[in-house]
Amino acid sequence: MQVTMTVNGEEVTRDVEPRLLLVHFIRDHLGLTGTHWGCDTSNCGVCVVWMDGEPVKSCTVLAAMASGRRIRTVEDLERDGKLDPVQEGFVSEHGLQCGFCTPGMMMTARWLLDRNPDPSQDEIRECISGQICRCTGYENIVRAIRWAAEHSESAEVSA
Amino acid sequence: MQVPAPVEYERATSVEDALALLERHGPEARLVAGGHSLIPMMKLRLARPSTLIDINDLSDLAYIRVEDNELRIGAMARHRDVLDSALAAEHFSILRDAERVIADPIVRNRGTVGGSICQADPSEDLSAVFAALKAEAVIRSSAGTRVVSMDDFHVGAYATAVGPAEMLVEVRIRIRPSSGSAYEKVERRAGDWAVVAAGAFLRLDGGRIDEAGIGLAAVGAEHFRAAAAEDYLSGKEPNEASFVEAARLAGEGCNPVADQRGPVDFKRHLASELTLRALRRAAARAQGQEV
Repeated sequence: MQVTMTVNGEEVTRDVEPRLLLVHFIRDHLGLTGTHWGCDTSNCGVCVVWMDGEPVKSCTVLAAMASGRRIRTVEDLERDGKLDPVQEGFVSEHGLQCGFCTPGMMMTARWLLDRNPDPSQDEIRECISGQICRCTGYENIVRAIRWAAEHSESAEVSA
Repeated sequence: MQVPAPVEYERATSVEDALALLERHGPEARLVAGGHSLIPMMKLRLARPSTLIDINDLSDLAYIRVEDNELRIGAMARHRDVLDSALAAEHFSILRDAERVIADPIVRNRGTVGGSICQADPSEDLSAVFAALKAEAVIRSSAGTRVVSMDDFHVGAYATAVGPAEMLVEVRIRIRPSSGSAYEKVERRAGDWAVVAAGAFLRLDGGRIDEAGIGLAAVGAEHFRAAAAEDYLSGKEPNEASFVEAARLAGEGCNPVADQRGPVDFKRHLASELTLRALRRAAARAQGQEV
């Protein structure tokens, strides 16, 4: 079947099997490998992308179901060479070690900050509760998201 | 890599269209809403529908409203809609209690009320909630609409009263004055299925319990209900002694199985303890306290 959707502002059309998962469509058909593929059971959250403005776990959405919808992936966080404050926060606060969970964490963080620009530690922890990091113990991820909240208009990219 | 078996895909544009597609594609076709129960089952090949009929465009079923003294929740209301609904929380605190602990925020963006209860997983939270509230399910087919009680809706594990060419469109909960409700859940980690969960609804009248509802998830309770405990509470004073005895009956009357979430005696203990806590909070809320 043919699917057409907007991915990071660009319309894409592909022939796919109806059983194809959105995460594989994004990675294998579009070559956007920033979105990771992890547990396959909607537990780990490394595959989070936005669909029509809301984060979803793309391992549990069919590409067919995303047809006609707007998809945003981690590749869209950086614009014109300027990192999103969330990305800067992960750099500044060492919000990653192996980096596997990072794309999903950042897409959820951006969504949280768009709705709640000044979230508490508890609100951040609740919001990323569907995402698993096996390296950091979450402390630096929470700090990274707080950093982004405090530098929402930041142009200062850390070294 | 977990991939569903080959499947055909259709997208419904209306309830009538969805029903027509169900009739055309036969009993092996399945509706898909959020897909967060069905797609994992398809990956494991525990579900192998011939055709998926996507009903995500039926946004006219995503409502939460009060009509005819009932809270009416459309089948396509997402978990997040229920969690964020002031109207739902105003009438039934149990809905907010439960939605807070159903999966995680990202899954709640997709998962729907209708999809959850049609999946009828024995550990599913809203099934226990609606059982406690004695809700009703509105089921549509091309022949018309029928309304069934939750007892009739829950036929068994992964089985409901919704027939092959039928569709759940709404859940109705009667609004009752002087009532309170609450939900208590124990899970191994944030967002997991319940080890055990209990929901309670109490309506008070003149210092006595006029109506009691107790729902249990993940412990094999028939129709997700603790019927003996409900019967016991009817007419009793809403005090600790009544609640302790009802909680004992709830634990005694369920049929948990041992699995990786715990042994039978532990789950039975949890069923009692969580029933007790839910009853205390439901009673306090019925008496106007914020808990």
